[in-house]
Amino acid sequence: MSQLQAEAKPVVSRNQALGWLRQMMVIRRFEERAEMMYQKQKIGGFFHQYSGQEPVAVGSIGVLREDDYIITAYRDHGHALARGMDAKSAMAELLGKATGCSRGKGGSMHFFDAEKGFLGGHAIVGSHIPLAAGVALAIQYRGGDQVCLCYFGDGAINQGSFHEALNMASMWKLPVIYIVENNGYAMGTSLERSSAVLDLTIRGGTAYGIPGITVNGNDVEQMARVTRDAVNRARAGEGPTFIDAQTYRYKGHSISDPGKYRLKEELDEAIKNDPILQYQSVLKERGWLDDSTIERFTEEVKHEVEESIEFAEQSEQPTSDALFENVTVAPHIPQE
Amino acid sequence: MPVLAYREALNQAMTEEMERDDRVFLIGEEVAQYDGAYKVSQGMLKKFGARRVIDAPISEEGFAGMGIGAAMVGLRPIVEFMTFSFSLVAIDQIVNNAANMRYMSGGQFAVPIVFRGSSGMAGCLAATHSHRLEAWYAQIPGLTVVLPGTPADAKGLLKSAIRSDDPVVFIEHENLYGEKGEVPEGEHLVPIGKAEIKRPGADVTLITYSRSLKTTLAAAEKLAEEGIDAEVIDLRTIRPLDIDTLVTSVVKTHRAVIVEEDWPYCGLGAGISDRIMQVAFDELDAPIRRVFTRDAPIPYNRALEASMLPSIERIVAQVHDVLYKK
Repeated sequence: MSQLQAEAKPVVSRNQALGWLRQMMVIRRFEERAEMMYQKQKIGGFFHQYSGQEPVAVGSIGVLREDDYIITAYRDHGHALARGMDAKSAMAELLGKATGCSRGKGGSMHFFDAEKGFLGGHAIVGSHIPLAAGVALAIQYRGGDQVCLCYFGDGAINQGSFHEALNMASMWKLPVIYIVENNGYAMGTSLERSSAVLDLTIRGGTAYGIPGITVNGNDVEQMARVTRDAVNRARAGEGPTFIDAQTYRYKGHSISDPGKYRLKEELDEAIKNDPILQYQSVLKERGWLDDSTIERFTEEVKHEVEESIEFAEQSEQPTSDALFENVTVAPHIPQE
Repeated sequence: MPVLAYREALNQAMTEEMERDDRVFLIGEEVAQYDGAYKVSQGMLKKFGARRVIDAPISEEGFAGMGIGAAMVGLRPIVEFMTFSFSLVAIDQIVNNAANMRYMSGGQFAVPIVFRGSSGMAGCLAATHSHRLEAWYAQIPGLTVVLPGTPADAKGLLKSAIRSDDPVVFIEHENLYGEKGEVPEGEHLVPIGKAEIKRPGADVTLITYSRSLKTTLAAAEKLAEEGIDAEVIDLRTIRPLDIDTLVTSVVKTHRAVIVEEDWPYCGLGAGISDRIMQVAFDELDAPIRRVFTRDAPIPYNRALEASMLPSIERIVAQVHDVLYKK
């Protein structure tokens, strides 16, 4: 068990804590089952697993209001589910079905849910980071007090879009919170081989006059605490925060990646400290959780994910007309 | 009718639309305190304040992306590129994010944004500052691409572009900013996707857009002197192409020459020529010919640069060719 978790005062009520645990279990189960579906060739294309990083999304999204916004990169299943996307519409999207969250047009890397303020999974590394600043600009323009959370991996730190956006977000005190999910690897290139400065709060915080905070991203309550502080600052008009959430991904960069660039011991160590099991221990110690509840959650989650698979399998494929639908708001005239 | 310069017509369009709709704002380099690198936004900071006329640092990818994000949640940004040559560092935002967002999200998000700015070979700017990227953008499903050739169209098309719910790439020509013409006052909206016959004629169809319209009209006058009656069509919008107007004209004249400031290979004229031939091949009495910028990077030297541009002489020569005149 991590020291931080044992020492931290609970930042949540029992009900919310159990909700977060359950959400993390849903994400883990969803990813594991989806990987099996991929291996059965029910899912195509690129598929990036979130397993191991669940507390980052669940803890941070957990402190948002319903009218806030979220935008993320291509490893997006976890954020969508944490924001309350129905597992059915997520799984249906992976299967390319018309009932999917992006109507079968986006796939694994491009989940969207407008009703939940989920502005997408985005698959060009770093490309969505300016979008988040723009969403925050719109909030400020209207005089609102919402915030936008923006997630990306440690590889995105090296894109120009990151630096351009953070500079403007800081200058104009935009209500955006930048969260780097620092899992130590940009695909197969370790942080040591891609960043001249290893403390990312210097590159994303200090460099632009933005408060930079390093946090154990595998601790859901720590994640919630630092995000809540950042959200409060943003709502108060004090501008962006940069959060370096240190985490670890269990699987390769994508499903085709065996992860040969890292040692087995490193992965074993991470799995030994699995954030979901750890959080279960923390909650048990607090007397908020017992084995029977874990068992019940496990069964419920299993059922929920199986149901999503059944729904996705039974859903219709998009019709052939869908090819030319939603290209533009105005009627699309194919230039053929 | 008031006579305005092209830049004033653009200013009037933005000003009227911003007065009409608080969701519209302008962001770009030097648009506010400097009053616009080409003075298109002159006086707008004073009128609307820093909330709605925003000076951005030299971060084209950053502020283009910010415009897209703001548009996704309901604002209607106008993003000014000092020149479209600089849009090359923002092209990922325009192509991957603005153009694809509606489709990728299954119709959940719209991106009502205008990317606008100067473009073209303006004289002695050399290779990096003389790009004509209209064919690049016109290839992308999801974008609308507009190039006004007159002050009246500059106003009417920009107003329509700002009101469009889709991303519009609005390409002005640097050499047209001082060009004067009559511009209707107030609610003057030129529809997107409609070409205009600027000079009716019976013998040959000349298809052009933007700055080349002037050269083409001058060539038509020259041709008239020798008894050749040319019809000149200003495309105005290149995506979606107004193919009906082109085909109707070709059915009448049976001959077509495309005049463009773009390079020839994989250029706009190639695409337009193909579209016409697919539906009206049997109407053509000669192969479609093209007058284009010669296939080399743009040189600094004034005479060399002038030698590559479509000229009256080159247009006349191609018209003679399609009419089988020696």
